Amino acid sequence: MGNYIGKVVKRVEDPRFIQGKGRYIANLNLPGMSYAAIKRSPHAHANIKSINVEKARNMEGVIAVMTGKDLAESGLGTLPCGFTPPDIKLPPYPALAIDKIRYMGHGVAVVVAESRYLAQDALDLIEVNYEVLDAVVDAKKAREEGAPQVHEETPNNTSFYWPIGDKEAVEKAISEADHVVDLNLINQRLVPNAMEPRAVVAQWDDFSGEMTVWTTTQNPHVIRVLMSAFTLFIPENKLRVISPDVGGGFGSKIFHYPEEIIIPWLSKALNRSVKWVSLRSESFVTDAHGRDHVTNCKLALKSDGTFTGLYVSIHANMGGYLSLFAPMVPSALCLTLLNGIYTIPAIYGETYGVMTHTVPVDAYRGAGRPEASYMVERLINIAAQELNMDPLEIRRKNLIQPDAFPFQTQVALVYDSGNYPGLLDKAEEVSGYQAMRAAQKQARGEGKLVGIGVSTCIEACGVAPSKAVISLGAGVGLWESGSIRVHPTGMISVFTGNHSHGQGHETTFAQVVADELGVPIENIEVIHGDTGRSSMGLGTYGSRSNVGMAALSKTAEKIREKVIKIAAHQLEASVEDMVYDQEKGEIHVKGSPDKKKAFGEIAFACLTAHELPDGMEPGLEETSFYDPENFVFPNSAHICLVEIDRNTGEVEIKKYTAIDDVGKVINPMIVEGQIQGGIAQGVGQALWEHGAYDDQGQLLAGSMMDYAMPKAGKLVDYQVDRTETPSPHNPLGVKGVGEMGTIASTVSMANAVMDALSPLGIKHLDMPLTAEKIWNAIQNSGS
Amino acid sequence: MYPSKFDYYRAGSVSEALSLMQQHEDAKLLAGGHSLVPVMNLRLATPPVLIDIGRIGDLKGISSVGGSVKIGPLTTHAMIEASADVPALMSQAASGIADPQVRNRGTIGGNIAHADPASDWPTVLTALGATINIAGSNGERSVGATDFFQGLFETSLEENEIITSISVPSHGEGTGSSYAKLFHPASGYAIVGAAAVITMSGGQCTGASVAVGGLTECATKAPSVEAALTGKALNEATIAAAADAVAGDLTGDILSDFQTSAAYRKAMVKVYVKRAVSAAAGI
Amino acid sequence: MSKTAFRLNVNGQDYEVLVEPRKLLSDVIRDDIGLTGTHVGCEHGVCGACTVLIEGKPQRSCLVFAIQARGQSIRTIEDVADENGDYSTLQQMLHEEHGLQCGFCTPGIVLTMEAFLKSNPDPSEEEIREALSGNLCRCTGYQNIVKAVQKTILRGHEEDKEIASL
Repeated sequence: MGNYIGKVVKRVEDPRFIQGKGRYIANLNLPGMSYAAIKRSPHAHANIKSINVEKARNMEGVIAVMTGKDLAESGLGTLPCGFTPPDIKLPPYPALAIDKIRYMGHGVAVVVAESRYLAQDALDLIEVNYEVLDAVVDAKKAREEGAPQVHEETPNNTSFYWPIGDKEAVEKAISEADHVVDLNLINQRLVPNAMEPRAVVAQWDDFSGEMTVWTTTQNPHVIRVLMSAFTLFIPENKLRVISPDVGGGFGSKIFHYPEEIIIPWLSKALNRSVKWVSLRSESFVTDAHGRDHVTNCKLALKSDGTFTGLYVSIHANMGGYLSLFAPMVPSALCLTLLNGIYTIPAIYGETYGVMTHTVPVDAYRGAGRPEASYMVERLINIAAQELNMDPLEIRRKNLIQPDAFPFQTQVALVYDSGNYPGLLDKAEEVSGYQAMRAAQKQARGEGKLVGIGVSTCIEACGVAPSKAVISLGAGVGLWESGSIRVHPTGMISVFTGNHSHGQGHETTFAQVVADELGVPIENIEVIHGDTGRSSMGLGTYGSRSNVGMAALSKTAEKIREKVIKIAAHQLEASVEDMVYDQEKGEIHVKGSPDKKKAFGEIAFACLTAHELPDGMEPGLEETSFYDPENFVFPNSAHICLVEIDRNTGEVEIKKYTAIDDVGKVINPMIVEGQIQGGIAQGVGQALWEHGAYDDQGQLLAGSMMDYAMPKAGKLVDYQVDRTETPSPHNPLGVKGVGEMGTIASTVSMANAVMDALSPLGIKHLDMPLTAEKIWNAIQNSGS
Repeated sequence: MYPSKFDYYRAGSVSEALSLMQQHEDAKLLAGGHSLVPVMNLRLATPPVLIDIGRIGDLKGISSVGGSVKIGPLTTHAMIEASADVPALMSQAASGIADPQVRNRGTIGGNIAHADPASDWPTVLTALGATINIAGSNGERSVGATDFFQGLFETSLEENEIITSISVPSHGEGTGSSYAKLFHPASGYAIVGAAAVITMSGGQCTGASVAVGGLTECATKAPSVEAALTGKALNEATIAAAADAVAGDLTGDILSDFQTSAAYRKAMVKVYVKRAVSAAAGI
Repeated sequence: MSKTAFRLNVNGQDYEVLVEPRKLLSDVIRDDIGLTGTHVGCEHGVCGACTVLIEGKPQRSCLVFAIQARGQSIRTIEDVADENGDYSTLQQMLHEEHGLQCGFCTPGIVLTMEAFLKSNPDPSEEEIREALSGNLCRCTGYQNIVKAVQKTILRGHEEDKEIASL
């Protein structure tokens, strides 16, 4: 085994962050910088009758004021949608609104000034005359007759319909079932709120005809492709996109945003560097929101708790325009996970993608998969309650067994590996489940509302292979690149197309390469987030960085092959007789450990190039482009304990246990950190967070004074543990860890609250499970 | 993030502040800035003139005067939290205001002048029977807390007046107090807050001062609760019955917003009055 | 009002700045003094990323006009490690306990907790969590931040013992 993989290695990125030396875009100042601010619509649905920018243009310190019309006339493209299932209706998404507003927050004009304060002043001088129209914000209401229409191109406000599975079989299962749980639920809208607001800096170089754009993105290469092909039309070789340190993404920084068109366009037009940094109040109304599904779902069972069929119908709120991957989230990323970790003989799911007058909705931590788990795991808990079974037992009865892999689900996917019964057993044991149940019984006897929440979730990570992704409707394949450049001194630069915005790739990717080559980790630097340095890559989202690690593993194999050939040549032995000692970084002749070459010696030999085998090229640098054969499937069993204050409805988290199988673990410290943070985010959705709109499309929870983010004082220490079944779909056996905490904790927490309320006959409440909502339910239960 | 332009003046004394206020009718006073600056950052407030009173030394600090405590309006929440001289109710309430950063800069005077119905000081000062001492161009005057708080963001302060101190009577022996608050999950402000000062003698409640806030336009005394407590032996049942009486003390509309209904606030105020009274009485 | 000149003492060094009265302390520290470790995560005084120490006390620099702080001493994240670049114990523990991920909220947390531990050297977990309530972190779920603070306290006790045994 290697020296680093599987071990706690402290993060190499920490020193700059703990000293305040992070390289965030807001910290970037270029000579001659100018500053942009965007005038945004306060209305959700309106015609723009006129815009008067003269006063703003004439203000001292203002360099330029441009409107949506100016931008459209300059020949720039509209924001593309990268996932287009058959028959999708795709209304164009202009970076600045031209004559119509379709969500509160859409930009109508942009100011460039000598300072940010002046730019903001000039916004106040822009006069926009709006004709305000009726809005629709609810996905279900938007499809009703007579609802305000968001786009001409989307009749009944329906952009797409995406079904999967066997409808007839499910209907039959439901009609023949001993028991059916029929549940309407809402998976509420969330505002991502990464701590670093989005930012864009653009620098047009008139001398070279090159554009450099710094943008807070999780996938700079993808943004560059989109800019080149769809929006800015600057050739890729003349366009460099840099995404330096990014302060959290959680999905919200995947997408191609209007400012990524507007700011570079201004930089070129004005021949000046332009900077835009989002205000938090702008983030609330411009960063793509998450979730927002209205769902009906049904689980059919035998009286002994055996699942026989699952039906799901989702109205997914897409917002005013289709964001980059928006249609994929409630369809291919959600419905394909309906199988859970269970044997379910018949499954059918369908999604309506619905336009409304709200901020566009796209991927947010988990993206479709938390929604799937939420439906399945809520249904199972209610079934357990109604059939008077323990929620662990009903799950156990239906689990896919360890010998069933590869497992073909009813909804297209093939699961890789797992030991689901083992996972559940461990969760039961580590959480002290049986003792908790006994204590719960006693507490209930004393009139306390104590609940235990159980969930067993599955996630699909590293969405792949490209052929399958494209066939589902995606516009790009999802492979990854990895390059290793060994410098003559033995120092190594590693280039990845993945991006790290908190995940610690600079550490974990270095661990992988260090072990693959047998070199000290200190000799390795991982470089990401710059199209001018790394080869094309697809970025980081959907827990897909395992793909980039796999690419590097392949690349390291190529390096080893070349190193072995050179060593064999120099030691006058045959290649077949060489042994590459990955612990020591030495290459020796089999049976003669003293006949050896150190990795560094070979690296230097690649510079001098006089002792290489005949015909071999000098240099030591390799690249791989890795397209996985399939997804990987992390899975989890989380159990938590809550107590509800009967007088107020407030929920107190007492205990949280998370057992996750994320496959082979590269760095347990980072894996635990990802799970812990993920749990907090899911708890936020379950208990507090809600991007609530009024019926005219005003975002009510539009600031952090209204939108309740999880705070330290309301959370507890989570007990995080693991099982490990390596994935055969990934050369390192890795599965992925970024999203599972969130997927599992959302529904675990909801199940715990509902378990606490079950003695009162309360079956289901929608999230967020606020004190008032719970208190109302208690009052209405008549107890 | 970028407030509008304003003219800035710094007052070195109360009289200087008053004369600046007379010269600049549109001026706003700037103390800790924790009510004003957030709304200026969002350009929801765009005062043309700010008069910074933050460094007037006379207005900061806590001193005991006879049977009462005098608190300068520039005294921060953190100073009150740490003070052994203020009534225990005040330090307890201060410790629950927002977070350490807010407590280190936000001032009691700025807070009560702003008169946010969801903030804690109006309720606490009302229960304590505090007096607000005010200076103006026409001289000085003192107003009881119940008269000072007049409505939603509304006080009896005139345009050319400034708070110079807050006087709070000290408790005698046998008096307990407590502030109980239902926190807003995002802002930490009070959805409802209840403050109780209870004097017990021989197991009987001989004096009760109770105020509630957060749910009506301004903090208000709860005389029905006080009456129901006074003269009673306090136990869970008598306190619960007294707390229920708070419904009769609520005047005007009960506040509601998209997150919290009036009905919930109305129900919660009983719970929190009960909690405050119970804790104050040590039950 | 036009720009006003005044002096700020940041990290022990005096700076003459010439700015409009409306310029926020966070912006002056970042733009005029050039110390960008003070981050701005929201403009309404909630997230705590912009926390600095003013006269030793953690405060939000986005809610203070720089001119209000004239003559006062301000300490930012750049001053926490010592002159040799050695981290404070808390910084070291945040590193060792994985108390940060994206790093954006970290400077504010370091300053808040450095001051907190000075005023309350032996806090309970609940007190630590309450003291953190003015700093939002979206990545860590706070668990490892709390752990890092607890380890910092333990380290302090160990050092006290070492001193006592000398």
